Amino acid sequence: MPSSNRIPYEAPTEEGRFGDYGGRFVAETLIHALDELTRLYVSVSQDPGFQAALAQELKDYVGRPTPLYRADRLTEHAGGARIYLKREDLNHTGAHKINNTVGQAMLASRMGKTRLIAETGAGQHGVATATVAARLGLECQVYMGSEDIARQSINVYRMKLLGAEVVPVNAGSRTLKDAMNEAMRDWVTNVDNTHYIIGSVAGPHPYPMLVRDFQAVIGQEARDQCLAAEGRLPDLLVACVGGGSNAMGLFYPFVDDDGVDIVGVEAGGEGLATGRHAAPLNAGTPGVLHGSHTYLMDDSSGQIVETHSVSAGLDYPGVGPEHAYWKDLGRARYTSVDDDEALAAFRVLNQTEGIMPALESSHAVAWTLREAARRPPEDIILVNLSGRGDKDIHTVAGIDGIEV
Amino acid sequence: MSRLGERFETLAADGRKALNTYIVAGDPSPEVTVPAMHALVRGGADLIELGVPFSDPEAEGPTIQAGIERALAHDVTLADVLDMMSAFRSDDRDTPVVLMGYLNPFLRMGYEAFCKRAAHAGVDGIIVVNLPAEEAGTFRGALHRRHMDLVLLVAPTTTAERAAYIAAQGSGFLYYVSYKGVTGARRADARAVAKRLTEVRAAARGLPVLVGFGIKDGASAAGIAPHADGVVVGSALVETMGCTAAASIPDRLQAQVREIRDALN
Repeated sequence: MPSSNRIPYEAPTEEGRFGDYGGRFVAETLIHALDELTRLYVSVSQDPGFQAALAQELKDYVGRPTPLYRADRLTEHAGGARIYLKREDLNHTGAHKINNTVGQAMLASRMGKTRLIAETGAGQHGVATATVAARLGLECQVYMGSEDIARQSINVYRMKLLGAEVVPVNAGSRTLKDAMNEAMRDWVTNVDNTHYIIGSVAGPHPYPMLVRDFQAVIGQEARDQCLAAEGRLPDLLVACVGGGSNAMGLFYPFVDDDGVDIVGVEAGGEGLATGRHAAPLNAGTPGVLHGSHTYLMDDSSGQIVETHSVSAGLDYPGVGPEHAYWKDLGRARYTSVDDDEALAAFRVLNQTEGIMPALESSHAVAWTLREAARRPPEDIILVNLSGRGDKDIHTVAGIDGIEV
Repeated sequence: MSRLGERFETLAADGRKALNTYIVAGDPSPEVTVPAMHALVRGGADLIELGVPFSDPEAEGPTIQAGIERALAHDVTLADVLDMMSAFRSDDRDTPVVLMGYLNPFLRMGYEAFCKRAAHAGVDGIIVVNLPAEEAGTFRGALHRRHMDLVLLVAPTTTAERAAYIAAQGSGFLYYVSYKGVTGARRADARAVAKRLTEVRAAARGLPVLVGFGIKDGASAAGIAPHADGVVVGSALVETMGCTAAASIPDRLQAQVREIRDALN
């Protein structure tokens, strides 16, 4: 599909706006740090030296490029379109999260910050932050809701082994959103020596932009790999959306490829109709949380409501503002998959391909199974397998009634 | 002129420093709030900052978080806060009241709808912690049309140039945050505040500057006040709300505020 006769996509604005979304809704104390980060980021994004160093780091330390894998048995199981998996689960630390933490840690070093903080839900971003902190010899504290600490004990221990301190957060729903509140409080207090590595395309400007750009390596590679393997672009991209960083990382390099359909899959939890889910793009309203204007899950008086998902990494009431923008633009469609369907897909991928996906990524796989069956074999679906599922073995075993 | 403007004129004429007192609406339960507000005034508060409960108060320390949670346990909404305001105004037409909160509840009600109801309820202005000057234009416009003020904050990290920009965007007064951190985390450092306030007051161009964060009692208030137009006390009062039987709260608050007022005079 020729896209030459329209203006190439460009967002955000200088103020960090994606249409009506995004912006910078934070306490005044943080504005200076955000300005400083924005200035530095704009300068390094045009600095060939920085970009070369980042590429080297992604190659030697993270293990990129990750494969684009044609999943024949999964395709056969679905019975329709050909399915490719972008294997972000094969990155060092087991998820796409490290693409961003490597980049942000390099920014932190340039700013002379000696301490990294992060929020984490499933623990993947916490592990990825603790990992780069260890690599660079920086102090690291990771905020994690006590509910998530209970269901992600392996990653909690991993972070400790990496030398990070995991700080339990007992406020509110004791999950990712509360961890993010606490990380913001830490940052306000220690802004002089601390860089806050936000793990998703969420938060105040410039985070949604810079996390997107650091994750865009996923889509850049996938685009080239698909052209090499198939001689054409995929028909459809699929990724799970919590905050939305793995999704935006895959989608963004395809934004001007009008022939490529894009679908983000939110966590349907116990079903959208029950209200117990984490699907703000499907069932939320625009509002302001954690520094940006975006879709979120709140009640009629503006209080953020508790979310639910079997997957800790998707259990978040907001979403990156650029996804909100794409939803309104119609550039992407956002759908949802409930806990049971995601768990079923988790098992299918284990048994058809010998790949254990994270429960987050299992949402993308589940929706793909549905969609592939409706499409002809000539169609190509490219799914972001954002992380591996080792961390979820306890959760799945618990559902099976097995103690491991 | 708004109640805030009148109050600051009177204070200036009397050569007195402003004492602004913060409590959370609905803490520890909704029926306590209006009597507590009157008690603040009896104790000598010149202004009241009424906290609007929000589920994710990212700039608050543990004390105010706990106060907000006590209020949210009673499902106190922004609409309820406006009802409390109306009730307070039926007995007190003079004391300026500023609502302080986070943006989402205001956004959810809608700026126009909120401003209409707030003006009717006798609200004089608002402070929104997570609404920096750049993002505040639309809300400010709606507030000004109803003769209410948008009070903006200046932090220790704010540059002088930016402080002037913020002061030009805000009205009512300018809120100087005394340290980098969350509410109630530590004591305000009078020397550091004094050093910075010379610059901030110059940038404020006559807009009164009140200092908040880390002012807990008469001594800390008296240490800061000479450098500013007034002080804000929050966490110390919310702490009292949390550990006092509901029936005793008004008397305790009145005595606590009186101690601070006396130290300021």
